[in-house]
Formats: sequence, structure tokens, C-alpha cells
Amino acid sequence: MLIDTSTTGLVEVEEGTKILPPNVIITTLDKVINWSRLSSIWPTTFGLACCAIEMMAAGAAHYDFDRFGIIFRGSPRQSDCIIIAGTVTKKMAPVIRRVYDQIPEPRYVVAMGSCACTGGVFRTYSVVQGCDAFLPVDVYVPGCPPRPEALMEGMIKLQEKMRKEQARWSPWR
Amino acid sequence: MAVVLERIGPSHYKKMEPLEIAEKIKERFPLEVVEVTSFRDQVSVTVKKDRIVDICRYLHDDPDLDFDHLRDLCGVDYLGKKEPRFEVVYHLYSIRHRHMIRLKAQVPENDLRINSVTSVWVGANWHERECFDMFGIVFKGHPDLRRILMPEDWEGHPLRKDYPLKGPEKEWPGFIEVIEKAKEFREFEWGA
Repeated sequence: MLIDTSTTGLVEVEEGTKILPPNVIITTLDKVINWSRLSSIWPTTFGLACCAIEMMAAGAAHYDFDRFGIIFRGSPRQSDCIIIAGTVTKKMAPVIRRVYDQIPEPRYVVAMGSCACTGGVFRTYSVVQGCDAFLPVDVYVPGCPPRPEALMEGMIKLQEKMRKEQARWSPWR
Repeated sequence: MAVVLERIGPSHYKKMEPLEIAEKIKERFPLEVVEVTSFRDQVSVTVKKDRIVDICRYLHDDPDLDFDHLRDLCGVDYLGKKEPRFEVVYHLYSIRHRHMIRLKAQVPENDLRINSVTSVWVGANWHERECFDMFGIVFKGHPDLRRILMPEDWEGHPLRKDYPLKGPEKEWPGFIEVIEKAKEFREFEWGA
């Protein structure tokens, strides 16, 4: 059935999104893609220390990450994101890098806790002083360990970042 | 079940006082025992390292002592505090008799070798590897003496008191490799 635009007209529901009643939505491809990406962030489970316990608490029933569409996956190949939860040792660094390299693009990194952000209290021979030495970190969540609310805030920040992205569809731009 | 009760039942265990155990070791190995110290009812027997396996074998096999459980085996570095510099500490416990004793074997810096006690307690395997990794003490007769915590191509023994806390000047090559790889792969990142 053809819609008679002269009588209905476009309605702007928010900036950049118009609706043509009853069921046509006009918006940019960026908006659709970003919206779908940020609504289903699937992080790889990567717990390295006590932060992992808080990460588990954030994922479990009480804080319930599922309601943001955040579902922990056991395989990097099914993930969009990696939460580096804990102390990164130099011996562990190649392993983390390999897991990260296995995540398909687009991918994001959240450094959770003081250790993953800066090395924390461990200014020692064996600990990497911040996992941004070998990973492109998107969000830093401070705390020792951060409470689940803090991690949740970090994930919401990551969603905000994803919402603002433009044309991140391929390596060629 | 009855068998278990009989084995560990109160009528079958004979707890010895730690000093009594120390006396027994002294009696059996008079030339090996250097000193016996007691602190808060915990007794340490400091021994020479050469016959450590014989001492451990005796402690393990003697029916009155019956130290069947090696609770811990670790190294200590007494740099600038005591001579000889290193000690290997054995915490022993008898599950049947419920008594314990601590053995300390002296290891001088110029001869970092001591016999492995894996023939007495198989559980000593990883503890000795850790001790080797952290202090560089070589356990002769160990079936598989490799580093256990640090990467295998790591240089130095980190728990030694003269090891720099922030690590040596020269970075571990494995970590440099990761950083180089991260730089190399950056051009393939979508958002880069």
C-alpha cells in the first residue's frame, strides 16, 4: 500500500532520526550499526586476579549485566570486547595479546582495576605497568578492585563511545 | 570405615613434643645438627645439607616420627644477616601422630647444590622447582628441574635480596616481542 506523505509527513523523534508513520524509519547507517553493536556487547571472560570476582558479581543475578545485552562468552571468536580483569604479568602478556588478536573486529578493550590500568601497587619485575603497553584500551575502570557498579559505569561509558563512532565498518576508510 | 578409624583413632597416635623430636634427630645424626631453636612451641632443627635426604628418609620412615606429610618446602635468603647465605626450609607434619617439626638446611652461596627429597615425598617436586626458580638453589637428583613461575628464558632469581625489585635493566625478550607485535598489528585495527 502506498503511503500518502502529504497527509502524514516526517516526524523527527530525535536528532537524525525521522519516522514516517506508520512504520518507516529514516536514519543514518551509523546510527543503526552503532545501536546494534552497543546493545549487545559480548565480552570474553578474562579474569586474572581479584577483579575477576567483581566481574563475576557484575555478571551474576544481583547486578545482572544481561540487561545491557552484555553476555560473557567463553571464546574470543564470539566476542566483541575483552575485560582485562586483574594483574597483568609479563608472562601472561603474550597470552592476553593472542586472545585479543582472536577477537573479530570491531573489538574493544576495558582495563578493569588499578593493576590493569597502571600496574597498581605492583611496581615489580614481573608485572606489566598498565596493559595499554600492548593493547589499545578504550575504557579504564579504576579501583582495587572496582565494585560491580564501577564496572557497569565503565561499560556504559564504552556504550557511549560506541554510540559516537562514525563509519567503523572496515579497516579501509 | 572401620579401618580408617583404627588408623587415626586416638589410641593409635602418639604425639611427640617438638623438642623431643629434635633430640631424636640429634641422637641419630649428631654430626649433622648445627643447632636447635624454639620459638612459640615451634622447633627448628638447623642441619648441614650433605645428608639431608638421609635425615628426611629417617623422619619419614621411623614409626614413632612418621612424617608422611611435607607441608612446605621453601628457600630463604639471609644476605647480610647470616652465614651461610641460603637456607632450604622443610615443614614436616605427621598425619598419624599429629606432630610437626621444621628442618632448615644450610646452603652456602659458593655451593648452591643440595640433594632433592623428591625420593622421600613426591610432593616436593614443584616446591623444589619454585625454590630453584626464585633462589637459584640446584636440587641434585630432581627429575625435572625447570623454572616453574618465571618464563623459562628469564635471567636471574627474583627472590634473592640483591635482585632489583623493579627488575633488571634489560627487559625480558618475551615482553619486548609482545610490544613489537602490538605495534606491528596496529595498522590492522579498525579504529586506529
